[in-house]
Amino acid sequence: MIGHLTVILGFQLLGEVSVRALGLPIPGPVLGMVYFLLLLILRPSFANAIKSTAQGLLAHLSLLFVPAGVGVVGHIQTLGSDVGVILISIILSTIAAIVASVYAFTLTAKLMGGADD
Amino acid sequence: MTDFQDIWTYLSSEPLLWLTATLAAYIVGDSLFRASGKKAVVNPVLIAVTLLAGALMLTSTPYETYFDGAKFVHFMLGPATVCLAVPLYLNLQKVGKSIIPMLVALIVGPLTAVGTALGIAYAFGIRGEVLLSLAPKSVTAPVAMGISESIGGSPTLTAVMVILTGITGAIVCTPLLNALKITDYRARGFAVGLTSHGIGTARAFQVNETAGTFAGVGMGANALATAILVPLVLTLF
Repeated sequence: MIGHLTVILGFQLLGEVSVRALGLPIPGPVLGMVYFLLLLILRPSFANAIKSTAQGLLAHLSLLFVPAGVGVVGHIQTLGSDVGVILISIILSTIAAIVASVYAFTLTAKLMGGADD
Repeated sequence: MTDFQDIWTYLSSEPLLWLTATLAAYIVGDSLFRASGKKAVVNPVLIAVTLLAGALMLTSTPYETYFDGAKFVHFMLGPATVCLAVPLYLNLQKVGKSIIPMLVALIVGPLTAVGTALGIAYAFGIRGEVLLSLAPKSVTAPVAMGISESIGGSPTLTAVMVILTGITGAIVCTPLLNALKITDYRARGFAVGLTSHGIGTARAFQVNETAGTFAGVGMGANALATAILVPLVLTLF
């Protein structure tokens, strides 16, 4: 458990240091994930060992957004009188983006003849 | 006997109370979510946030005091992101076979997200800093805040819009995609991660591992796509 956590934190650290050193426009943990993926590809046995720790953390991914969500409640008044319009824009645009991306994916997959499994 | 005032003084100066409260509020939200038969509308994040915001208001606790405890939970977002490598590795073949559909969606999705958000808000008369802050709303918060700052928006305002977009996507995705009769969980997950970043990805993992994996890839890829697309789309406004 502690060993797994050390590996995970180590990759995050490596990611954070790399994006700063190279000035990349992606978050450190995302690059850390890419490094971690490379390790798993090179050492497949490691995936089985760390699987339960990773899946345990991801099963409750929702929990990790709660503190930021509480922060939003305090800042919602900074939107001022625009709050209603902003909310409508966000809801409509989110629906439009989900529909557009899902069809872009499925229609391309269909054109390529790849069946979903 | 120590009176309540002394106990409260201790509790409000230590991270223990609000850390426990964050976990407890999430457990309430998650239990309601499960009791509902895992309905997307009963979003555990929204329930926990509502409970905690209410508690902070009732006890006149400032957010800084709350975050002193909650930061331990917030910190785990980084390690959790790194952990996305595990389901990605386990589903690598499936992801590899979907590269082309993902690339097409990666152009269409962020373009739609940025274009419609700016278009709709502009039509309603939103201008300036608020409009600019809205552009990167579908991207994971740290990247969105960086994009916002670089184009003249307000990072704080963007963070608020990012979270609202995440919760919206997590709530609407399942009923919306069911209504469209989309049964391909690669496409469903990817679309939700692309549009609603981490909160959408969390929802996708509640549905199944394929959806969660593709959502994680969508979230990561969109961080890069939107950083490139936003300055291009803004030249239209």
